[in-house]
Amino acid sequence: MDIFAPLQWLSDRITYDLFGLSPDSHLGAAVNFFFYDVPKIFLLLAVIVFVVSYVRSYFPPEKVRKYLTHRREYLGNILAAMAGVITPFCSCSAVPLFIGFVESGIPLGVTFSFLIASPLVDLVALTLLIALFGWKIAVLYLVSGLVVAIVGGIVLGRMKLEGEIEEYVWKIRMADAAPPEMTRAERVQGAKDQVVDILRRVWLYVVIGIAIGGLMHGFVPADLLARYAGPDNPLAVPIATAFGIPLYSNVAGVIPVAQVLVDKGVALGTVIALLMATVGLSAPEFIILRKVMKPKLIAIFVGLNFVTITITGYVFNWISPWLIG
Amino acid sequence: MEIKILGSGCAKCNQLEKVAREAVVSLGIDATIEHVDDFAQIASYGVMTTPALVVDGEVRLAGRVPSAADVARLLESGADTAGSGGCGCGGGCC
Repeated sequence: MDIFAPLQWLSDRITYDLFGLSPDSHLGAAVNFFFYDVPKIFLLLAVIVFVVSYVRSYFPPEKVRKYLTHRREYLGNILAAMAGVITPFCSCSAVPLFIGFVESGIPLGVTFSFLIASPLVDLVALTLLIALFGWKIAVLYLVSGLVVAIVGGIVLGRMKLEGEIEEYVWKIRMADAAPPEMTRAERVQGAKDQVVDILRRVWLYVVIGIAIGGLMHGFVPADLLARYAGPDNPLAVPIATAFGIPLYSNVAGVIPVAQVLVDKGVALGTVIALLMATVGLSAPEFIILRKVMKPKLIAIFVGLNFVTITITGYVFNWISPWLIG
Repeated sequence: MEIKILGSGCAKCNQLEKVAREAVVSLGIDATIEHVDDFAQIASYGVMTTPALVVDGEVRLAGRVPSAADVARLLESGADTAGSGGCGCGGGCC
């Protein structure tokens, strides 16, 4: 049962009855896509952000930090990656978080697993993936994001990069601020605030992304892109990953376009790699991390993620026949 | 009253400062507002999610930007209303 059927019905009424467009026309297809997906995404965002924010209020970074402090390699990496998913990521909080983890004795590799997972497996991204790609792919993204974070953290941990952290970080003594417990009402209000905040930030990107996606959906001939970036082009994945690294885009705008890319023949894995590279690695993040990491470490960090994301892209491409069907 | 905004200069942190100033003005209290962006100092308060609001040496709020009214209430009441919602940026914020 498609719970969004009423939205599809409404979109059909608007596109075909109100605007009088034909279902077979390019413009009709584009507009229909727009009026279906925009409300669908806003609805999903509201619900999912609310629920997840509420759950998240039970896992503030301070608690996560305490919990991870005595973990070793492997288990620590796994837990850290999972914690990264649970903890919302903000570029500006990346540094205090990093400092907090390192200072409390959490191994560098474990900290990195957290730092990779947090922006990569992002709540808004997952919601949009569910909305536009379906549950299967969203779950797979989540799982591969975790793998990328766990493996990345383990490898980085093994490389003994402590010397590449800015010296002052090791000298910091962080106070143990225990966050006050929130009441049920405060958690609900906090979750509501998050919904409003996220919708306020992303609504325009969603509209623009869906508009572009809709236009491509309606006007770009099917399989045009398959010739260049389809499953037969083995270099497509690394190129897509490399392309995504410098791209600094709000994920809400990128995913709708990603969906259309796949629709028009670009291999799924290639698109996912592009997505991960765009979302997981961003210029502002590096600029801020420069405050605690020496350039060599940042380069290694980026390079390693490039490799793991590219591999993930290839894997997705390999299994995509099982996914899109 | 000594108010400190802990943040590294991103949009949210500036927003918190703006909101804090509004609250101070609306309450008509005498307070100094300082913006701290040095990470060593931020860490010394035990804050891991910026922006954060410190009043007279005590962390009252971290990880979100409330309304001016909320901040005013916080300053007045002296009760703890720290939230741990985090940034919730949706990628590429600040």
